[in-house]
Amino acid sequence: MAIDLSGLDITIAVSGLKTGDNPQPGVPVIRSIRNAGFKGKIVGLIYDSMESGIYLENFADEIYQMPYPSAGADAFLSRIDYILDRTKIDVIIPTLDAEVILYIRLQDQLKRRGINSFLPSEECFLLRDKTKLATFFPPKGISVPQTALLSDATQIRQLDDDIPFPLMVKGRYYEAFKAHTPEEGVKYFYDIAERWGLPIIFQKMVPGDEYNIVIVGDGKGGMLGMVPQKKLVITDKGKGFGGVVVQNAELDAFAAKIISILKWQGPCELEVMKGFDGVYYLIEINPRFPAWVRLAEGAGQNQPAAVVLKSLGMDVEALGPYKPGTMFIRHAEDIIADISVMGQVSAQSELIRRNEQ
Amino acid sequence: MNVNKLQNLAMNDNGFIFDPNTGYSYTANETGILILRKLASGLDKDGVRTAVREIYEVSEDNFNSDFEHYMLMLESLDMIEF
Repeated sequence: MAIDLSGLDITIAVSGLKTGDNPQPGVPVIRSIRNAGFKGKIVGLIYDSMESGIYLENFADEIYQMPYPSAGADAFLSRIDYILDRTKIDVIIPTLDAEVILYIRLQDQLKRRGINSFLPSEECFLLRDKTKLATFFPPKGISVPQTALLSDATQIRQLDDDIPFPLMVKGRYYEAFKAHTPEEGVKYFYDIAERWGLPIIFQKMVPGDEYNIVIVGDGKGGMLGMVPQKKLVITDKGKGFGGVVVQNAELDAFAAKIISILKWQGPCELEVMKGFDGVYYLIEINPRFPAWVRLAEGAGQNQPAAVVLKSLGMDVEALGPYKPGTMFIRHAEDIIADISVMGQVSAQSELIRRNEQ
Repeated sequence: MNVNKLQNLAMNDNGFIFDPNTGYSYTANETGILILRKLASGLDKDGVRTAVREIYEVSEDNFNSDFEHYMLMLESLDMIEF
């Protein structure tokens, strides 16, 4: 049965409102919550005045700029307290990789302020770190492509035959490039290290089909919902701008095993390759909803709505079956706004839209 | 011949085929869809030939040649196994 949030008079805060060539999940998360009938207040948490979701009419009721996660817990809590002086927040859904750990570590402080969330434990979060996957999962029967963690570019020439070129070069948090030669590997090593720090992940290429799975784990080893998709349109940045829901018992079982090992609580996205050798490989676990999460809603599982209820401590039955063959295609559209909106956000670091309605 | 995977395909009369197992989609002409549906229903080569020749004027030689070619293509797409 579809989740109905129409009777819920609360305030929900969501981060990550940028929807461009590298879209963040906040806008689709809010749309799914609204599509569940939610009529309460939505607070958008932003880092940058150019996040496009700020400029959507009838979308977020209030917008507040947050300090970057690197500013630390004190700056974060201080900003939260400022916001709470202006509006209550009952539920918060962080959607960006780099901020999730802060929300996990500050769960208790947030809870004392009346802010609820549905997130994994810190231990669980750290196990899915890209630098840990290749050591933690294979002994538990989950294949991960051969991986080397490098902290010095000179190590690239010492990579053995287990990780031949071409290979994938990845940052700890973001970005991945295909390097065809050691020289390209060195270039990407420094490019990524400058932006995201060390170590840099060198991973064997697995030829095959890629699948992405959006999941809400129940924290006990089970799943409240799971929708797998295959990307149909991929941008030059590797982002899926179109995809179709698939139904594959082997893939479902592979995902279920990963979640049961981690006892993951909350939203996540699995990136999986089915190699041409027939083996399923775990590539990444992203600790938040993906930007394509509305596909889950379209396929019959409104996972963001389920997370709202779980954040409030309510019982939620496992979401119903998803409909294979449901597809999405991303559509870019210009938003027209007055420059004063940007001025308000830039100067005041906040925007109150509710009073305008 | 193992045609289990064909039984999971979603096919429409316009020739669009979606494999929910892999996410791949294909197109086939009217004859191609007819053959896929007959194979998925469990007919063997003789049964498919009879069904096709009931609708289309085709010699046995032409049918055999095109059918074998089609089967090889389906096998290379991992949709059937010999």
